[in-house]
Order: sequence, then structure tokens, then C-alpha cells
Amino acid sequence: MAEFKTNPEILQPENLVYKRTELLTEKALSYCPGCGHGTAHRIIMEVIEEMDIQSETIGVAPVGCSVLAYEFMDIDIQQAAHGRAPAVATAIKRLFPEKFVFTYQGDGDLAAIGTAETIHACNRGENMTIFFINNGIYGMTGGQMAPTTLPGMKSSTSPYGRDVATMGNPLKITELVAQLPGTIYVTRQAVHTPSAVRKAKKAVRKAFENQKLNKGLSFVEIVSNCNSGWKMTPLQSNEWMVDNMFPFYPMGDIKVNDDK
Amino acid sequence: MKELRLMKGNEAFAEAAIRAGADGYFGYPITPQSEVMEYLMAQKTHERTGMITLQAESEIAAINMVYGGAGCGKRVLTSSSSPGISLKQEGISYIAGSELPCLILNVVRGGPGLGTIQPSQSDYFQSTKGGGHGDYKLIVLAPASVQEMADFAGLGFELAFKYRTPVLVLSDGAIGQMMEKVELDVQKPRFTMEDIKKNTPWATIGKTPDRDHNIITSLDLDSLKMEQHNHVLQEKYKKIEENEVRYEKIACEDAEYAFVAYGTSARICQKAIELARAEGIKVGLMRPITLFPFPKKVIKEMTKKVKGILCVEMSAGQMIEDVQLAVEGRVKVEHFGRYGGIVHSPSEIVDALKKQIIGG
Repeated sequence: MAEFKTNPEILQPENLVYKRTELLTEKALSYCPGCGHGTAHRIIMEVIEEMDIQSETIGVAPVGCSVLAYEFMDIDIQQAAHGRAPAVATAIKRLFPEKFVFTYQGDGDLAAIGTAETIHACNRGENMTIFFINNGIYGMTGGQMAPTTLPGMKSSTSPYGRDVATMGNPLKITELVAQLPGTIYVTRQAVHTPSAVRKAKKAVRKAFENQKLNKGLSFVEIVSNCNSGWKMTPLQSNEWMVDNMFPFYPMGDIKVNDDK
Repeated sequence: MKELRLMKGNEAFAEAAIRAGADGYFGYPITPQSEVMEYLMAQKTHERTGMITLQAESEIAAINMVYGGAGCGKRVLTSSSSPGISLKQEGISYIAGSELPCLILNVVRGGPGLGTIQPSQSDYFQSTKGGGHGDYKLIVLAPASVQEMADFAGLGFELAFKYRTPVLVLSDGAIGQMMEKVELDVQKPRFTMEDIKKNTPWATIGKTPDRDHNIITSLDLDSLKMEQHNHVLQEKYKKIEENEVRYEKIACEDAEYAFVAYGTSARICQKAIELARAEGIKVGLMRPITLFPFPKKVIKEMTKKVKGILCVEMSAGQMIEDVQLAVEGRVKVEHFGRYGGIVHSPSEIVDALKKQIIGG
């Protein structure tokens, strides 16, 4: 293998166009190559760094692929039982109302086992942020059907495709929480292209800024791919996501109610 | 100055928790313990001390709120009754596994299932042998009076923080509902941010440049590390067994027979002792106050003096297993139980003593 050589002359501060945020630890991400989790982690940590709120931020990690988020995010963070992150975060925020508190949850965690905690934290208008990574599948346990699995979509527990007559319809929980008076900002984003990443990062920033308003819960869904679970290459999975997930889970703000 | 009041057990526990400097209560209504949250809400705890009182959407949410609050180094508690405590077991296992301090009150009612709303002691196994999944124990305090309901709120927090472990106050519907005179401690201050930094440096309060990020978790995918973590927990439980055994002996000096009973049963046994002694039967009472750690050595020592032991429990026979392990067959040990919400009468306890121990 050819040795990688760097020309020291170009390593100048004025030439720096990108660097990893200091708020991501040195640990190698446990996610599959091509998965959107890494990008979602990065933009959240970049926003915390840009807002200079590391010492005022407490995160809550879920159960699922991102169970080890606490290893990668260099902030004080708690790992919650499956689905219970909004309850855990509720207590943290109530006890430290001046801190920035967020949960980071997948679709199984947030929209199946944790539905009650999600709905009620949103409905109480807890002044915190929920990040919801929706890839339509249980990734970590090996690709089972999720509450958000599309009609007809194959998974290891819907091997002939999701039959809505017997397996139920996918749950649009983001539209559902937007109905609740406790949410002030509900948006759906993606991180599959540079422009999508820029938009998603803006949404993340807004969701954190909203906590200063003390007016309710901000909910940011990120529709993401699961190339392993969907049994595709990363590129194919992103194309499949655009063609199939986006029509069912349309991009953009669903509710914006953050007048000062 | 201590303050004297007439209160229900549930109310005394709630008032004592406020005075112990609690930062947060998270609960869900269930009979016969709903007075705990009702009392806290009526007290406007947030105005009184800054304490948060929050009605959760379920017992599951409530115990996970306790997890979140405990992970922040705060004094937090929840209360429930048997079916609700069953729902909390997953969360309690996480709290024990993550080594977080907290206080849990179980005002036990008869089971199984939805059972009844009347008092019982049928959650002994669940309380003392773990309860949820994994190898863990709780410190279990068993109050036998309204006074102890109040005292064990403060003591519970103290032990929880001393050992970084959940403490369970195992009461029952009778102790929770009855009114007695109670002497209340003076108000303790709630923890300041400086207290939290100093006493619980592991707490998630926001990472500062002077330290690594704090992580609250019970997970380790490396089994060798997980085994090591379990060693740490077991060492802690050993230390608790060595240092925290609490019990009360009543009329044991000249006793030829002994009752072993806790909580409400122990109260009834005191009356049974009066009745039995009036008939010339020398019987005493050994009342475990901590159910874990169980006063094994004291019971073993008693077998040198007594001829037989009657375990009086409002259950089908749970604590008797720990008594038998302590006695190791030296003297006769029998169980006399009423259950499903029925409380013993003193005279039937005396009859059982005669029939099962003295005559048997």
C-alpha cells in the first residue's frame, strides 16, 4: 500500500475547509459504512459546539443502533431503557431547567415501545429536543419490521413485505406529535446530500435555540437509510430512500410556532 | 426542633421526603398509596423547597424519570403499590446496574395480578431477591409504624447515596393508610450544584473542560468488563450485609419461643405476645427492619435460646425461606400466613404458635 504523504505547507489554518468537531470523541463509530447516524451525530455535536453549550448540555441515548451514542458524543449523557428516553430527559430538564436537554432515538425506540413516553413528553410540552432517526427498520437486532416500515417493505419479520391488513400501517408519529399543543417546532429532515445536511443542521440549531424560549418541545425527525437492514449498497439505499421513504414521509417543517 | 403531628403513613413519608431535601418525586396513582403524590401536590413542593413533583403517564415513565434525576446526582423518589412496582422492575434493574441512588416506596397490596387493594406482604421475594432482571439487590427497609414511614424516607436517601444504590421502603396498605403520631425532622437543605459536584462527581450535569464526559449506563458489550462490573456490585452488597443490618428484638430476654415478623405483622405479633404471656407462654419477637440485608446472624444466635420460631407473614410463606437459611435446621421453623388482603388477628397467631410450634 502506498504511503500517504502530506505536504506540510498546505497544513495551514487559512487552508482549513473542514475538521471534525471536537465534540465527537476519537472512538470509531460503530455504524455501518453508509449509514446516516454518523452524519446526524456530527451535525448535532457541531451545533452544540457552535452554540458553545457543551457544559450546559445533557443528552439521552436510546436502545438500538445508536445505543452507544454516549461513546461518540463528548457530552454528559445518559443511556435510557428502550423507549424511555423522553421520560429520562423530562426529569433531567425539570431538575435542571437551565440546561439544554435532548434525546436521540430510533423509530422502534420512539414510535413503538416508547410511544407513550414520546406522546406524553410532547403533550406536556417539555422544554427539550427530541431527535428521531427514522430508517423504517430495527437495525441493531437484525432488520425486523419497525412501526415506520413502509407498506409492502420487506424485513426479517415481514419477509413477504409489510401486509397492512395483518401488520398494521406505518405510524406517522411526527405528524401525530405536531397535533399536540406541547410541541412548538416539528420538522422532518434528511442527511443524504450536502444540501440536505445543511438544512438538517439548521433545523437542529433551531431546535436547540428553541429551548431558550421555554415554550415547548422541539421534534426533529431525520429520515435515514439502513443499507445493511435494507440489504442494499449505501448509494442504492439513499436512492431507494428518496424514491420510497420521502413520498410517505415528506420533507420539511410540519409545525413552526416559536414566536418570541 | 422536631415537630409532632398526626398523619397517615403515606403522608408522613411524603412530608419526610420533602424535609430530607428531596429534589424530585415522579409517580402514578394507585391505591393504597395515592396520598403520597396527593400530599406532595397539595404542599406545592416547588414553592416550598424547589422540589419537583410530577405525575407521570405510567409507573414505567415514573421510574425512568427517577433514573434521569438520579443520574444528575439529585435526591429523587417514586412510590407505588404492588402492580405498579412490578411495572417499575425494568427501570429499577437499570438504576441498580447503573449504580444510581434513589428512593422507592412500595405500599404493598394483595396479589397476584390486580389482586386487591387491602394490605399484604406478598412482595417479599420481589423486593429482597432482586425483582427485575440481572444479579442485583436493593436495600429494603420495612417500616412498622407511621413514625418509621417518616424516618425511613431520610434514612433511605442516606443509604442510597452512601452505596449508590436504590433503596426500597417496603410498607403495606395498613401502614400507609393508618394514622399515628409522628415526630418530623427539621427541613434539610436540598443539594446545591457545589454539593452535587463534590459528592456525586459521576453525575451528568454538563461536561466541563476539567474532566471527561460523564456517562450513565448499565451496558457493556465486553463480557469480561461486565463480569467485573458485577463483581463491583456484589462487593457492594457484601459491604451492605456487613454494615447495614437493622432489627428490633421485643420480649426476647426470657423467651422460649420467637415470632419473626416485619411491618404490620410485627405490630400484630406484639399484641399476640401479650395474649400468650398472659397464658404463661414465654414468646418474644424478632423484627427485621432491613429485609436486605437480612438479620441472619441475629436469628442464628437466637436458636441457642428458643425452642421454635413462628414466621408470621401476610403471604403464603416468603420470608420464612430466609429464616430457615439462618436457622439451618437447629430449631423448628414454621410459617403462619394470611394473605390476599387479610390481616392476622392476634389470637389466631397465639393459636398457631401453640399448634404449630409448642404442640407440634
